[in-house]
Amino acid sequence: MAPRPTPAVRVQAEDFDLGREQALLTRGRRDIGALVSFVGLCRDEDGALEALELEHYPGMAEAEICRVADDALERWPLQALTVIHRFGRIQPGEQIVLVLAAARHRADAFAAAEFLMDFLKTRAPFWKKERRADGAPGDWVNAKSEDDAAADRWR
Amino acid sequence: MKALYFAWVRERIGLAEEEIAPPREVVTVRELIDWLSARGEGYAAAFANPATIRAALDKMHAAPDAPIGAAREIAFFPPMTGG
Repeated sequence: MAPRPTPAVRVQAEDFDLGREQALLTRGRRDIGALVSFVGLCRDEDGALEALELEHYPGMAEAEICRVADDALERWPLQALTVIHRFGRIQPGEQIVLVLAAARHRADAFAAAEFLMDFLKTRAPFWKKERRADGAPGDWVNAKSEDDAAADRWR
Repeated sequence: MKALYFAWVRERIGLAEEEIAPPREVVTVRELIDWLSARGEGYAAAFANPATIRAALDKMHAAPDAPIGAAREIAFFPPMTGG
């Protein structure tokens, strides 16, 4: 059994590049058979959203993502893991979150990526506030019970 | 100890952080919420519905009945909406 990898976790205002992160993760590796990537985007459904302001709890955001990543490494034999979560002002179409999960076989990589996203949504201390295109005061996005249910099914 | 507030909890209280010195009889997170609620209108508004309040002690999630113990930092915030 290979030693457990150290997840690469970053919380940053800057955008990220999927291709670059994937190249970093696979560089020099010949043993990875499956690499699953998930990118969460800022979404506008009816032209009303100017941007999201993502607030976070510095220090705890990184720590909590690392705890979720460690849980994933306990459950699946992953070979590498990258999680990047942005904060600050993010406009529709822009990237918010990246999960890269590498394993020998796809089932483990798919499951781990989904698990990570389900728990990031419900445990990582980030909050989204809407900035509306019409200048009216925007609201804080409410947590969804579907997200809690999605996380609960892993218990 | 340091108290931190995020998202609409921060907006309602009107502060991002402050030093607090709860009395000794305040033992749990829930008791600290009750104690803070009595400090003013903003606090009362922020903590009006305890079911929507999450807390962290020294950057770890903490349940309402968790003892504050020797924690140096407590944070209050709404349910998370990242990802």
